[in-house]
Amino acid sequence: MAILVGENTRLLVQGLGRDGSFQASRTRRYGTNMVAAVHPGRDNLKFEDEVPYFSTVAKAVEQTGANTGVIFVPAPFAMDAIIEQVDAGIELVVCITEGVPVLDMVKVMAYIKDKPTRLIGSNCPGVLSPASKAKVGIVPGNIVRPGNVGVVSRSGTLTYEAIAQLVQHDMGQSTCVGIGGDPVHGTTFTDVLELFQSDDETEAIVLIGEIGGIREQLAAEYIKDHVTKPVVAAIAGSSAPPGKRMGHAGAIITGKAALASEKNKALEAAGVHVVDSPALIGAKMQEVLH
Amino acid sequence: MNIHEYQAKEILNRFGVPTPRAEVASTPSEAKQIASQIGGRVVVKAQVHAGGRGKVGGVRLVDSPEEAKKVSAELIGTRLITKQTGATGVPVDKVMIAETLDIKDELYLSIVIDGDLGAPVVMASTEGGMEIEEVAEATPEKIFRIAGDPLIGLTGYHARDIAMALGVPKQSLKSTIKLVSDLYRVFIENDCSLVEINPLVITEDDQVIALDAKINLEDDALFRHPNLAKMRDHNQQDPLEQRADEADLAYVKLDGGRVGCMVNGAGLAMATMDITKSAGADPANFLDIGGSADQKRIEEAFKIIVDDEDVEIILVNLFAGIARSDVVAQGIVAAAKETKTTVPMVVAMRGTNAEEGLEILSNSGLDITGAPDLAGAAVVLQQKLLELGGSD
Repeated sequence: MAILVGENTRLLVQGLGRDGSFQASRTRRYGTNMVAAVHPGRDNLKFEDEVPYFSTVAKAVEQTGANTGVIFVPAPFAMDAIIEQVDAGIELVVCITEGVPVLDMVKVMAYIKDKPTRLIGSNCPGVLSPASKAKVGIVPGNIVRPGNVGVVSRSGTLTYEAIAQLVQHDMGQSTCVGIGGDPVHGTTFTDVLELFQSDDETEAIVLIGEIGGIREQLAAEYIKDHVTKPVVAAIAGSSAPPGKRMGHAGAIITGKAALASEKNKALEAAGVHVVDSPALIGAKMQEVLH
Repeated sequence: MNIHEYQAKEILNRFGVPTPRAEVASTPSEAKQIASQIGGRVVVKAQVHAGGRGKVGGVRLVDSPEEAKKVSAELIGTRLITKQTGATGVPVDKVMIAETLDIKDELYLSIVIDGDLGAPVVMASTEGGMEIEEVAEATPEKIFRIAGDPLIGLTGYHARDIAMALGVPKQSLKSTIKLVSDLYRVFIENDCSLVEINPLVITEDDQVIALDAKINLEDDALFRHPNLAKMRDHNQQDPLEQRADEADLAYVKLDGGRVGCMVNGAGLAMATMDITKSAGADPANFLDIGGSADQKRIEEAFKIIVDDEDVEIILVNLFAGIARSDVVAQGIVAAAKETKTTVPMVVAMRGTNAEEGLEILSNSGLDITGAPDLAGAAVVLQQKLLELGGSD
């Protein structure tokens, strides 16, 4: 069993502009069951002649039984799209959109707090499970391989890097989860660690963190108390100067806890195998597992 | 986005937060005129996007309009080097002339987003005038924090709790409560990432006034604040960062590095900087070309790196998901030919259309050494650095 996505995933894609259409097409080619497309003004049309378009999420869910949604709409409309999917009863919402205003995400998180929906992102690469051919997001399908390592990361391309290193060292992935680089985001490291810990398919976990915030420290605390599977971790940004924004708004070093060195220390204290360089993730995991 | 103190003051006043009487001047004679209008002792404050200006003569008390003119002449047109700027400093194009107050007490008040909490947090402290980082380190118990509700906002009793934590005298309590509430509205309604009043002062006649103000606006929300977006002062930015801004590239110039880094994705960009460091050299920049970069943006990104005089070698690390390697390669070749650069390049290219991209580069006649992956890039970079000689 993969986590979050799987054979039962019935995917709805919202926002089929240039990037959204490109990604939806690749998602379908990968083998994921895309059942609905939501985009204004395309009622009665079909995406790639097969997947029906709807102008509202509620109607799409009602007619197709979509249970998972992925969002590619532009940043000014992302909050609205997330809330629309939550209200339509989508179980897992993945928001790929980058540049969503922080205060919009603050409102979203408060709104969904007591709702059954799980949100991943914003500003994330999404979720992919190679064994069940379920791709919800933009992780390239051609770089992954089925296997037993769970990957969780705050960064998109660094997730791909970790996957490539695992494959290079002959290890496949159970599920890859990009939780996103924004300071306020839905599903956290801790949430994903909990899912990986109880997932039979996952034998070991790769965790890729970044400078900024204290989420890695919270993950370390959780690992110490609840995770028995081996964890290999890398923190990006040890060379970043304090106070400068490195692309991800979440990566501003605001206090001592936000430093890579502090995060490494907390993870090491929790028994995590921390690598000094993000280039050594695959080699370290091989060493740990063999 | 950073804005100047005089602009922050404008925003505060619009929301009813009291500040000292002040005007901004672009010339010494304007400064003199403002000083005489205000009358008495005034303070001349250099308007720059950097903290620590007081310690390097950027904030000066003067006793006459004539002296205000003289001090302004010394500041305007120069560059201020503080601990927060690089070695070249930032230009002083304007000064703010403000009235001086009889101060009884200095306090601290700020609002930021706590990402882990998912809410705006008001921080208050009786230790005004000091750097809050130092207070947090030495006496964390002296910082009072309270989170606003994302949907309701900051309630009346929250504002009262904050005012009481600040220990203001009874006769100033009501105006402090109002100020805290107004400041919270400033934060929310302008999509700020930081509002900091340090110090917030209680005057001898019990008024509560924001003596200094720092506001950072959230870049991602500027689309809904066109008037605030106009406050951007490009002169305060590094010229290369300014070009990157205009091309919508996430770029940060780093002091003292000699390896130009061109990467897609912020996390991978940071990881690339980290391996550069482990290869024995400092990165000259952070650069994330983004996911859906077209060829024009790639070209500009490459030109920005080439135009950085510190760059001796370029490390390109691409793991294309949405981006296409062939488009990136075409952009690099076009920009390299246009700039006639001879800077050597180390290139790792993977993901979408990587083979096509590598072929374009290898047929270009440019000085390019391929690398298989991140670890390989570190090894190749180290070799090339040895060939180049010199060290950081």
